[in-house]
Amino acid sequence: MQEVTAQPSAIPELEPKKYKSSSELKKRLWRNKLLYVMLIPGVLFFVIFKYFPMYGLVISFQDYKPYQGILGSNWVGLEHFKRLFAEPDFLNILGNTLILFGMNIIFYFPIPIILALMLNELRGTFFKRLFQTLVYLPHFMSWVIVVSITFVMVTMDGGIINELLVYFGLPKVNFLLNPDWFRPMYIIQVIWREAGWGTIIYLAAIAAVDPGLYEAARMDGAGRLRQVWHITLPAIRSVIITLLILKIGSVLDLGFEHAYLLLNSMNREVAEIIDTYVYTAGLRQGQFSYSTAIGFFKSVIGLIMVMSVNKLSKKMGEEGVY
Amino acid sequence: MVEDRTIGGRIFAAVNFTLLALIALVTVLPFIHVVAGSFTTSAELAANKFVLIPKVWSFEAYKFIFSTDTIFRALGVSIGVTLIGTAFSMFITALMAYGLSRRDLDGRNVINFLVVFTMLFHGGMIPTFLVVKELGLIDSYAALILPSAISAFNMIILKNFFQNIPEGLEESAKIDGCNDFGILFRIVLPLSLPSIATISLFYAVTYWNTYMSAILYLDDSAKWPIQVLLRQIVVLASGMDYSSSLDAAVPPPDQTIKMAVIVVATLPILMVYPFLQKHFAKGAMLGSMKG
Repeated sequence: MQEVTAQPSAIPELEPKKYKSSSELKKRLWRNKLLYVMLIPGVLFFVIFKYFPMYGLVISFQDYKPYQGILGSNWVGLEHFKRLFAEPDFLNILGNTLILFGMNIIFYFPIPIILALMLNELRGTFFKRLFQTLVYLPHFMSWVIVVSITFVMVTMDGGIINELLVYFGLPKVNFLLNPDWFRPMYIIQVIWREAGWGTIIYLAAIAAVDPGLYEAARMDGAGRLRQVWHITLPAIRSVIITLLILKIGSVLDLGFEHAYLLLNSMNREVAEIIDTYVYTAGLRQGQFSYSTAIGFFKSVIGLIMVMSVNKLSKKMGEEGVY
Repeated sequence: MVEDRTIGGRIFAAVNFTLLALIALVTVLPFIHVVAGSFTTSAELAANKFVLIPKVWSFEAYKFIFSTDTIFRALGVSIGVTLIGTAFSMFITALMAYGLSRRDLDGRNVINFLVVFTMLFHGGMIPTFLVVKELGLIDSYAALILPSAISAFNMIILKNFFQNIPEGLEESAKIDGCNDFGILFRIVLPLSLPSIATISLFYAVTYWNTYMSAILYLDDSAKWPIQVLLRQIVVLASGMDYSSSLDAAVPPPDQTIKMAVIVVATLPILMVYPFLQKHFAKGAMLGSMKG
């Protein structure tokens, strides 16, 4: 600190007052130098692996050639984006993505809420802990493991599900290759893996409810269900809305791995989503610019969705995400 | 809440308990089925279909998968990437989180915003791939670690946790001649063990489950982590895509063998889980509620 005050100021021509504050700033910066050193690895990470790729989005306006690089490739304007909306493939994929997203909201989203309400009504901490431990577990398994478990269960030769169908006198079903089964299978896997884990945040919100409210409700003669309806649910309303916003923001962002693992040549028509298509078109077929344009489109839609739903929720008097 | 002793209340409790027990059972049954199936013979599995406790115990499947070094190598890769990756991620996440948790740091709001922004908008798969490629990381184990070294979400949880540590502690350490690194490692981190444990678990699970980075950045099959190998053995061999199976003449592996590979790929998580579970429920809640 001594050194800083002893140093001549770099900008002596400024007004005395500003001069003072700028030297104070310098002092503060110097005093916190170790903190800035601590930030270096993290900042480097975000710059290199998050912000460089954002810069890399410019190749969606280029005819990018790997050996020419970003600076050497030709600019083509909006050509790739025009192609996107003219491509029947792309519209189909967009549709698939939206359908899976819709199923996610309808069939998955309410389940952690219901599960959390049920867990909260459970008497006896032992069973509460036990059930929580069991339903959290699948969240820690990778999609590869989840899909693999599904595979050994539904396979035509000796899978337990098909054996059960035979046992009940029903015909075997080829779940993996039949396009009709892709969506149900996908959403069941999402529920199996995530429903338990999803309860954590709701349970935390429920735990913050004032017990006096329940007592008052009981005095007024409210039964268990009524207490859930009139106290617990309104209490976690803002958490529900926040999570819904986050979910809606990821409308086109279903995640690559899950769909990719279930994808095959027979169910491609329903199973190909934006993420898997970007991979196939981009890395398998080398259409870097075109698939980057698709990714760009996806990211922009996501950003717009989060911002507008957030605004909407603030208008409705909720907190919003930020 | 107080026990509800009315008839309605009791019926409600009983129905609720039964439903939850069923849900918990349905959640674990598939996995128990796979574990049990992996410890029996294929003949036994074919005869009894749904095995929960094998009548005939057999380690045949495990003997088979460990008879070559393919699985060993993949396990080695996964274990190495998980240990090194978790330590590295935790280290740089903690440094950044601590720096940003200090209110007197100029510019923290800007950096904070830039971090949060990456959660809302990102360059996507192809531009990230190109960056990794330009850095010469293709086919290196570093490609499994560096591009996902910090999770913005984990960093923010940790930052919020650090912010709640009373500033007086840091002040007094400073007066005693401790510098910022000393404060972080001797005072802040020891006080944050539940959060550290939680976030380490999150990182470890992510690294153990690494699949996408591996198929994007590793062309050399000798470097595959266990998840990629698992997919190769179970998913591709299940007759989904005949085009991509290497040799149509090779019969697909037995159910018991597939099950054994699934167990091997899941086991480390199952072993870590009970130890950290008590921490993460608390840690994750603290982080998410105060965020």
